[in-house]
Amino acid sequence: MNSIHDLGGMHGLGAIAAETNEPPFHEPWEGRAAGILEVMTFPAGFTVDRFRYLRETLRPDLYLTQSYYEQWLYIAEQALLEAGMIAPDELAAGRVAPGGDRRDDAMRAGTVWGFLHDRGNSARDLPAAPRFASGQQVRARNVQPVGHTRLPRYARGKTGHVIRLHGGHVLPDASAHGGGECPQHLYTVAFAARELWGEAAHARDTIHLDLWESYLEPA
Amino acid sequence: MNGIHDLGGMHGMGPIAPEKEGEEPLWHAPWEARMFGMRRGGTLPPGYNIDRWRHVRELIPPDLYLQRSYYDHWCMSYFAALLDGGWATEEEIASGHAAPGSAKRNDAMRPDQVGQAQKTGGRFARALDTPPLFAIGQRVRTRNINPTGHTRLPRYVRGKVGIVQLHHGGHVFPDSNAHKAGEAPQHLYTVAFPFRELWGPDASAVDEACADLWESYLEPA
Amino acid sequence: MSPHDHHHHDHGEPGLGEHHHIHSKLPSDPALRVKALESLLTEKGLVDPATIDAWVETYESKIGPRIGARVVARAWVDSEFKRRLLADATKTLDEIDLLGNQGQHMVAVENTPQLHNMVVCTLCSCYPLPLLGLPPSWYKSAPYRSRVVIDPRGVLKEFGVELPAETKIRVWDSTAEVRYLVVPQRPNGSDGMSEEQLAALVTRDSMIGTGLVSLT
Repeated sequence: MNSIHDLGGMHGLGAIAAETNEPPFHEPWEGRAAGILEVMTFPAGFTVDRFRYLRETLRPDLYLTQSYYEQWLYIAEQALLEAGMIAPDELAAGRVAPGGDRRDDAMRAGTVWGFLHDRGNSARDLPAAPRFASGQQVRARNVQPVGHTRLPRYARGKTGHVIRLHGGHVLPDASAHGGGECPQHLYTVAFAARELWGEAAHARDTIHLDLWESYLEPA
Repeated sequence: MNGIHDLGGMHGMGPIAPEKEGEEPLWHAPWEARMFGMRRGGTLPPGYNIDRWRHVRELIPPDLYLQRSYYDHWCMSYFAALLDGGWATEEEIASGHAAPGSAKRNDAMRPDQVGQAQKTGGRFARALDTPPLFAIGQRVRTRNINPTGHTRLPRYVRGKVGIVQLHHGGHVFPDSNAHKAGEAPQHLYTVAFPFRELWGPDASAVDEACADLWESYLEPA
Repeated sequence: MSPHDHHHHDHGEPGLGEHHHIHSKLPSDPALRVKALESLLTEKGLVDPATIDAWVETYESKIGPRIGARVVARAWVDSEFKRRLLADATKTLDEIDLLGNQGQHMVAVENTPQLHNMVVCTLCSCYPLPLLGLPPSWYKSAPYRSRVVIDPRGVLKEFGVELPAETKIRVWDSTAEVRYLVVPQRPNGSDGMSEEQLAALVTRDSMIGTGLVSLT
């Protein structure tokens, strides 16, 4: 979706306030929030892409004002609410409704390291050969999906060239919406800064994006 | 600038939820009326033409731009303009009062001047010696520019091909006028873009969007 | 440090920065913010409160969508007026003294069964004030401004309007100082009506393009 999260190329968002000696968490609750999100039981079929999509549905002004881990909490709440694993009044109260279900399959402390180690592999074997070759000119399609996509607005309709093939990877546009993994060949595409931003951009700068095959067409 | 104000094509802004025509009040609070009248009748620092005013509104922090209502934007912009023009200090702005002994002008618009200002204000057509570069019906491409200052070329039409629909003659150029660089008038055109050019092959095959674009935004296509 | 001397400038003009810092110093209630502005401007001689009243009065009682409605009704009954309005709205409206601030450069566009026009300003709030008065809140809102140029049929649905798929929608994004007036289709069954009766039918929304004119 063309929502506020798609920030590439925007002006007016203020200074980059780099912190020296930035702590992992700025408040104890941030650590709790991060921990909860890492190990909590998500609904069946929940994916990292759904996670990202839910964050994109946050109200745009809150997306700009809420801190990162506040937004994680929003994602957790939305994930549980949309799956019916918690009720709105339970969320409001911060307590399970009397007689509510209690599961006993939450991740145990001893399994966390193994889980984190194994998680997040999105590479998938594909029988089909890649459509594009390294060095080939490609154009990012001009599409405006209202659901999740990883093709930023600033690259749409622009021409670049393939610099790397990553093999098959889970397609976020499908995986975020219960459409299965639908793995596709993934490419790194290099775009000249001038192609993206016009003649005022630096002649030698490039921006590289990881783009799935269906985002691309031959140019 | 590619600011939050450049909203064309964005998702996620929620429903329009229009108030039914005839049932919505002209003002939703008395302060809205005061702010409207203040903007129309108030004096702004030198260089504050319509374009610089729009630019200062674009510089409202993006979260406040989305959270605050329209006439509140005007209020924030007016304060920022006073500061930018050196006509008020941060202390005066914070207190809402002029510092003791600060300069007082006596040239504010009078009530009897309102009618004339409404009638004659805001004429932006300028005669040009140069002939227009483009003709009605001609294919043109919008330039891919990303100025950090004020521009009236929205992001969603940049780099797109359209057809010149109307020619309006010379008009004051906002990209210059907003930055105290003069009116620099240019030929102004209305350009029609098919939705599929703007939004891709999944868009409507019949619908189109038109934008009013200055000559330097365009090149032959 | 000058008020606008920020630690970064990703904008075009040094000195004119994002004004983050002053807003935290202003009252959080907009009514109080506006009151503070009025007292400051008044004390500095930058505004005359009576002039504020005069502007408010102008748009409360003199200038509003009834003016545009009368133009539309006249176009419906007077084909020569309509021809001139569509050919050169600025000149035609000037002849009847209807130009004004935020409406000095006018274009009138006609809705037909084949073509439906809609008006927006995606970048701010441009609107033909002398003909329609002040824009409604929704016209200036992020939802309308963002969506009408990418999903006009979805927007129309929110206004209860559904058009045939073959009707072309043309959205006019008012990016310059040209202002657009939609001349809506005259409703069927209005043949015997007077210009005055017709004007009473014309809604503001129909002159923006988010509504149609009907007999009821």
